[in-house]
Amino acid sequence: MARITLDHIRHAYGPNPKSDAAYALREVDHEWADGGAYALLGPSGCGKTTLLNIISGLLQPSHGRILFDGKDVTNLSTQERNIAQVFQFPVIYDTMTVYDNLAFPLRNRGIAEPDVDRRVREMLEIIDLSDWSNRKAQRLTADQKQKISLGRGLVRNDVNAILFDEPLTVIDPHMKWVLRSQLKRFHKQFGFTMVYVTHDQTEALTFADKVVVMYDGQIVQIGTPAELFERPSHTFVGYFIGSPGMNVMPAEVHGSTITLGSETIALDHAPKIAAGDKVELGIRPEFIRIGREGMAITVTRVEDIGRRKIVRANLAGQQIAIVASEDIEFPAEPRVTFDPGALNIYANSWRVGREA
Amino acid sequence: MEKTWNNKAWFLVLPVLLLVAFSAVIPLMTVVNYSVQDTFGNNAFFWAGTDWFDDILHSARFWEALQRNLLFSFIILALEIPLGIFIALNMPKKGLGVPVCLVLMALPLLIPWNVVGTIWQVFGRVDIGLLGHTLAALGIDYNYVRDPLDAWITVVVMDVWHWTSLVVLLCYAGLVSIPDAYYQAAKIDGASRWSVFRYIQLPKMKRVLLIAVLLRFMDSFMIYTEPFVVTGGGPGNSTTFLSIDLVKTAVGQFDLGPAAAMSIVYFLIILLLSWIFYTVMTSSDADN
Repeated sequence: MARITLDHIRHAYGPNPKSDAAYALREVDHEWADGGAYALLGPSGCGKTTLLNIISGLLQPSHGRILFDGKDVTNLSTQERNIAQVFQFPVIYDTMTVYDNLAFPLRNRGIAEPDVDRRVREMLEIIDLSDWSNRKAQRLTADQKQKISLGRGLVRNDVNAILFDEPLTVIDPHMKWVLRSQLKRFHKQFGFTMVYVTHDQTEALTFADKVVVMYDGQIVQIGTPAELFERPSHTFVGYFIGSPGMNVMPAEVHGSTITLGSETIALDHAPKIAAGDKVELGIRPEFIRIGREGMAITVTRVEDIGRRKIVRANLAGQQIAIVASEDIEFPAEPRVTFDPGALNIYANSWRVGREA
Repeated sequence: MEKTWNNKAWFLVLPVLLLVAFSAVIPLMTVVNYSVQDTFGNNAFFWAGTDWFDDILHSARFWEALQRNLLFSFIILALEIPLGIFIALNMPKKGLGVPVCLVLMALPLLIPWNVVGTIWQVFGRVDIGLLGHTLAALGIDYNYVRDPLDAWITVVVMDVWHWTSLVVLLCYAGLVSIPDAYYQAAKIDGASRWSVFRYIQLPKMKRVLLIAVLLRFMDSFMIYTEPFVVTGGGPGNSTTFLSIDLVKTAVGQFDLGPAAAMSIVYFLIILLLSWIFYTVMTSSDADN
């Protein structure tokens, strides 16, 4: 178990990167607590797998250092860092039995056979494959294979961290739930530092204590699921998390009021906006009320998603989404109000804090 | 599963059946026809029964040639398969080196057999050949025309030069199909270079290796052109393989009956050995 410090990590795949755009990872400078469960969430190509491979040592960062418990491991090999990693596609050694697959990392480290046997049997119990121990690993189902990959990581009980690279991609939906809850249980049981890469927000939000949202090679926010939902610090987080995502509309701030087309909303404070900043107003669809007062909208479409309805509407020339209850009735001239506490104001895509 | 019988389906395989009949079955039947008859020319044939088969199976010349064939195929497989794997493992996986290596590897395969034979025939000559002359200049007594061992070495080296590329290309195709994650997982599991080969690369190459072994076995067992061009089966009979012997009998001596019987025995041996190879090498798959 270890605290992981990412000290000004930058990475480019090509040599001699000339501009920021050439970096797959622009700058990451964070510290992850020992025993934490972190999810790296972001769209494809945002640098999350790059960051994961830098932590595991499969990649050397172009700049910066990585520390485990304050000890610099930047130049150590994957094996010396003593981490485990589970990949997107299950990696198993086809020709070995399930038992030998699990024993493989231990035997490679020269652990005595009685110890190997004890730990492998424990692990077979944990991942629920005891009955399969003497079977060739080749014919197992995808989720059983992925359990073996996971078991090979967990069987070394001294690992510094376990890294997951979208491990549930190839698993059937109903098995995903089972495996994910098992992962949570392992985390509680063993207290590993876990880093979990995914592009699926549900997976990230249910798995992790802290979700690290990445966008375009940088970390845009680290927070609990609630923080990400209520106070997205970047318009991307607002848009990426939540279904549908946050409504983000161009706006203008004058003192302590914000203008949205022809509509003006009074704020309880004056956000600090520099001249020339691109100002946007963000509001989650869950915090918009439809009624007889407020700003006029024209409803363009209503999607029924079961217990709720998603209303697509036009507000001051902007398309917005509103989450409404199933039994909503639209007045003749529908209008909307925003929950004042749920307003987020963004300058150049970054959230302007109340305290700022 | 319930099997459905539909006799109309036979019509669908008819075109292939006709094609195979004309390309293989009918020519083979003419050989069978020759093998049980004797002729003295003028298209007059006499029934000979199994005499020719008796002759062949009791002929020392046949068994010696068969032994040479088996030894040759064994040496070829023992050299080309490990060497091919070794080269494939060391070929670049990305970058400019890949096309360069692939083209270099493919070159020997593009040369016609008799040209390969001619190249080595000249290359090995003591008077004018680069190899033969250099060896002679170094004081090494090498002469493939006089010494049976030198003749064998020349023929074997020539075949290795000509055909190892095929093994390399097949193995390389197997290797590049292994996802990176396997190597990364092996690193994380602390696997040694040997373990990576034994548990990742070799299992993934198994299928292509089976094809490589079969192809190289069948080809080397049927080898004709190159040794014929280089040594003509000599010195003495030391490099007379079954195929060379067969041509000598059929075309040289014009003994159609014995030659036909010999072809059939030769064909059955190749069929049998290939079947054994295939069965042995695929049996491990059926285990689990």
